[in-house]
Amino acid sequence: MAIDSLVLGAGQEVGKSCVVVSINGKRIMFDCGMHMGYTDSRRYPDFSLISNTGDFDNALTCVVVTHFHLDHIGALPYFTEVCGYKGPIYMTYPTKALAPLMLEDYRKNMDRRGEDEQFTSDHITECMKKVIPVDLKQTVQVDKDLQIRAYYAGHVIGAAMFYAKVGDAAMVYTGDYNMTPDRHLGAAQIDRLQLDLVITESTYATTIRDSRYGREREFLKAVHTCIAAGGKVLIPTFALGRAQELCILLEDYWERMNLKVPIYFSAGLTIQANMYYKMLINWTSQKIKETYATRNAFDFKNVRNFDRSLINAPGPCVLFATPGMIVGGFSLEVFMQWAPSEMNLVTLPGYCVAGTIGHKLMSGKPTKIDLDKDTQIDVRCQIHQLSFSPHTDAKGIMDLVKFLSPKHAILVHGEKPKMATLKERIQSELGIPCYCPANNETVTVPSTHYVKADASETFIRSCLNPNFKFSTYSSVDKSYLDSKYSKAASGLQVSDERVAEGILVVEKGKKAKVIHQDELLLMLGDKKHEVQFAYCFPMHTERLQKTRTEELPSADTLLCDLDKCTLINQLSMKLSNELSDANILDLGEQLQVESFRVSICSKNSCPHRLSHSVHNDSESVFLCCHWSLRDEKLAWKIISIMKSSSPHTT
Amino acid sequence: MKFTCLSKGGGFHFSPCHMLNVSGFRILLDCPLDLSSLALFSPVPVAHQAHESLDTDSVIRKKQKIEKTLDANDLVHAEPWYKTVKNLHLWDASFIDVVLISSPMGMLGLPFLTRTRDFSAKIYVTEASARIGQLLMEDLVSMHMELRQFYGPEDSCFPQWMRWEELEVLPSELRKIALGKDCEELGAWMPLYRDDVSNLEEMAASLLKDDESAEEIEKLVFICACALDSVRVGGSVLVPIDRLGVVLCLLEQMSLLLESSSLKVPIYIISSVAEELLAFTNIIPEWVCKQRQEKLFSGEPLFAHVKLIKERKIHVFPAVHSPELLTNWQEPCVVFCPNWSLRLGPVVHLLRHWCSDPNSLLVLESGVDADIALLPFKPMAMKVLQCSFLSGLSLQKVQPLLKILQPKLVLFPKDLSCKIQISEANMIFLFSENETLRIPSSKESTDIDIATDLASKFRWKTFKQETITRLEGELFMDHGKHRLLSGFQPANSKQQRPLVHWGSPDVKVLLTELSKMGISGTIKQVTDDAKSEDDAKSENAAAIIDIHDPEKALIDVRETGTVIIAANENLASHIVKAVDIVLDGI
Repeated sequence: MAIDSLVLGAGQEVGKSCVVVSINGKRIMFDCGMHMGYTDSRRYPDFSLISNTGDFDNALTCVVVTHFHLDHIGALPYFTEVCGYKGPIYMTYPTKALAPLMLEDYRKNMDRRGEDEQFTSDHITECMKKVIPVDLKQTVQVDKDLQIRAYYAGHVIGAAMFYAKVGDAAMVYTGDYNMTPDRHLGAAQIDRLQLDLVITESTYATTIRDSRYGREREFLKAVHTCIAAGGKVLIPTFALGRAQELCILLEDYWERMNLKVPIYFSAGLTIQANMYYKMLINWTSQKIKETYATRNAFDFKNVRNFDRSLINAPGPCVLFATPGMIVGGFSLEVFMQWAPSEMNLVTLPGYCVAGTIGHKLMSGKPTKIDLDKDTQIDVRCQIHQLSFSPHTDAKGIMDLVKFLSPKHAILVHGEKPKMATLKERIQSELGIPCYCPANNETVTVPSTHYVKADASETFIRSCLNPNFKFSTYSSVDKSYLDSKYSKAASGLQVSDERVAEGILVVEKGKKAKVIHQDELLLMLGDKKHEVQFAYCFPMHTERLQKTRTEELPSADTLLCDLDKCTLINQLSMKLSNELSDANILDLGEQLQVESFRVSICSKNSCPHRLSHSVHNDSESVFLCCHWSLRDEKLAWKIISIMKSSSPHTT
Repeated sequence: MKFTCLSKGGGFHFSPCHMLNVSGFRILLDCPLDLSSLALFSPVPVAHQAHESLDTDSVIRKKQKIEKTLDANDLVHAEPWYKTVKNLHLWDASFIDVVLISSPMGMLGLPFLTRTRDFSAKIYVTEASARIGQLLMEDLVSMHMELRQFYGPEDSCFPQWMRWEELEVLPSELRKIALGKDCEELGAWMPLYRDDVSNLEEMAASLLKDDESAEEIEKLVFICACALDSVRVGGSVLVPIDRLGVVLCLLEQMSLLLESSSLKVPIYIISSVAEELLAFTNIIPEWVCKQRQEKLFSGEPLFAHVKLIKERKIHVFPAVHSPELLTNWQEPCVVFCPNWSLRLGPVVHLLRHWCSDPNSLLVLESGVDADIALLPFKPMAMKVLQCSFLSGLSLQKVQPLLKILQPKLVLFPKDLSCKIQISEANMIFLFSENETLRIPSSKESTDIDIATDLASKFRWKTFKQETITRLEGELFMDHGKHRLLSGFQPANSKQQRPLVHWGSPDVKVLLTELSKMGISGTIKQVTDDAKSEDDAKSENAAAIIDIHDPEKALIDVRETGTVIIAANENLASHIVKAVDIVLDGI
């Protein structure tokens, strides 16, 4: 069994996140995003790779969308309404509530840019009707075999990591996430799961960030300096998420500093969006959550609606305008007006997709930007790059992968060279095989599969029994050989390697059953037939006898009990010298090593003797041994030791 | 697993309480309070009638135990105590490992439990239940404050009314409330906790959502219609119903109706936690029904009260004496306020105010013993509408639910078992209060998952009916699952020879097998053994094979075992191989 991950987007890049994972016969599409840097067909994932006949309903079990950012959901209305996918779509409550706002805002902007409209307003409405909302940690049974579950991811309101399980195979797709709490959201949270695969974002694959508070201060200082000098601040953002986060930050600052400068939301960022945020306050951080009754943190006091006539109105202001990264639309319109003045300020997020104006502004310090062949923008305004981000940094990614300890990891949503570095770290530091597939590549990893059986209680109990092994170790360890401690270091070593041994029985038409060896015959209804070895052999103990029994008058009779013990004792010492790790039990008249037993045979004709040519003299004594099949090798070794020399020689 | 029903509960406000013992883990299911027993106490008395109970007449009458119709003086005039689940006291709280709370009402008794010494159980409750439950507790504490202020600080830990001589003179109806049917509930009474609501471990859980039934909506419409009739004739409407869901729906219906009737009648909500509770209901879209969830997706508030409060059609006040209430008050009006027991909270004052007004309407939940509940407010001229609301699962729905769940075992209350037929496919156990039920394990064996890499190395042997193999690995326990994974030692280093044999060997066949290996011998009958010659099986059962080539060896074959006697390791091992062939083994 294997898990195939077909990366349709965000492979070695950021944009149009889309991974199709086949797992034990189920096929899940994680995210269905669009690429903001393209306006042609490259904007959408290449859905034909899922099914060249266009029968997506049979090709996919379900679609899962992690959050409402366009690079994760932007292609969904196109996929459902134009391509015709009709199967289930899952996302969290906030994502379902807020996604239409994002999509609608984007669609309007696209209209303005005069591009081909890929989906209409009705498409968005129809598409969202098919969405099944899920709550955090709610286990959803998509069908008989597929389970999915959402975990809090931070990043934006409603962002979730998704866990998917089919049979014994399980995986997590992280989407975008943040491992540290921010102004309004908590940090990502997930259970320790048994996973075959983790597909994680890697936007900041090599960046390590310190505390965000200093960086927030920098932003506020830049804004304050600008408005104090009468300048205008443009904050291009997408409709939701960053806008609310920065707005909480500014509201707080405005209140503390008693500022009266207006904060505007452009049309796309309707104040209505805040209505949603108010209802979804449970998805924010603990601190914000607690404000719901007294004053909902998303009741912004200083925020007003903006209209086009205010663009050139005198006086300072702060404007949140869509879309982010200055892809086009209203934020571009305002940027064109405000950029030529050095009094004004444009703040950009930490990451802008290649191909956007935001990206151009960030790479170097351009003084002119060519919008198209005919339009050129003079850029004299100040540029401030926000250095806090809703994405986790490299440490966070490493922490999460380490915490989840999957058998395999795949990196998506990042920049190729940085991803390669992170991949190396995951492989070398965590020992987890890691892959960074490019778009339209498939990574195949093996999946866990278990054979199901019933286990008897006796078997389970026998597995839990401690299995202590005692062995004496002497310090022949080479590293200590020349040290003066070499003699001192010897002692008893105890190990407890619990081995589960049992027998698996499969009967026709019944579930396989694991039982203990002792239960087998009862189950089969047969009688045990014990197969054993025995061997009774003579040993010459000439010298022993002479030294020990000088005073005894009748040496030709049997050895007395005392001498039996002495002999056994000597054998025992001899064996313990030769077999260092065997557990030798000296039972007086008998010596026992595992199932092997040896005693001095006093019978005249023992059935275990092969030659009956008994030298019935004082120099000979018979040792009768028997052992079970289990200890065959050990037994022969002991016999050869016993035979090799008289115990007396030691 | 052992199951004990501590209390069957009673209706919506007093949920059942059970104790479950699963492999030694003690799990308490819900920890409610029996607020209906508050009826025993008198509400805060009004000045002129205070302490009438102490006048000589009534004392004498009480002493003589003359049963007569109850009146307000029979009630206990003291700071109320609260009745917890009586059988819970028989358990040592420190031995509880886990508490599971199913609803806000199910946690009202928690503070009594958590404050006991060495209580260390983890409490699990959904976030929404925890929040609402906490607000209900805070409200209870704040309503109780009024009575505490009236009676002053308690001087003894054993109140006067709980003395036996006092209890004995209680009228029988009230004695039943105080002592329970079998006079064993006195120990369940507790003085109320203070405002120190415990920290709760929270965990999300799923809820079985049910469609609002049309019947329930009809009831609400009826209540609203009755309310409208009252306000039309200048009366006020008092709704001391403490079911959040019912209140939210009534608020919407009532304001719609009032609006359409163009009557300018204000709706007041009076409760110390109303503001927070109403705000909270609008931030839990995950917990409301599908139709309401649609409101989230279209950006509207989940419940209309947000808008109605903004439009000042609904007014929310923390208490009857809050200054905003006094300046805004106008009658007739519709008031929603706690508590349904009619002993605590704003309802007491408003009921005193309106009880003699025949135009006013009191809406009560059925299930409340109206006679006792209204005792302090007699004579009542006010109209009373008692209405039953759906609480819990209706009996008709039990069968369909079981059909969906298909449980192997069902525990069912004994007293309800006659009212319902449960299909025989389910194993049913009937339980009654304070009786521990031993539930047999539904499985005699444990499920085990065997790793595929281990399974691929199996060497199968086929017998008459079964196929068997030895298996060896390491057993892991993870999330309650047993997993058998490959151990450290490579499997091929192990001996692959059968270690257990069964069957009886045929000596002749054995000899043939040996000769195939180049080992020859002769069968020597054994005569000196216990086996007698006339034993039919003796030939097989006891024989000695004398091996003389390549070396001397003996095989002692008996009914129950075979002993191989050889001086040579190699020869011995060949003989075993031959024995393996003639015997079954693994």
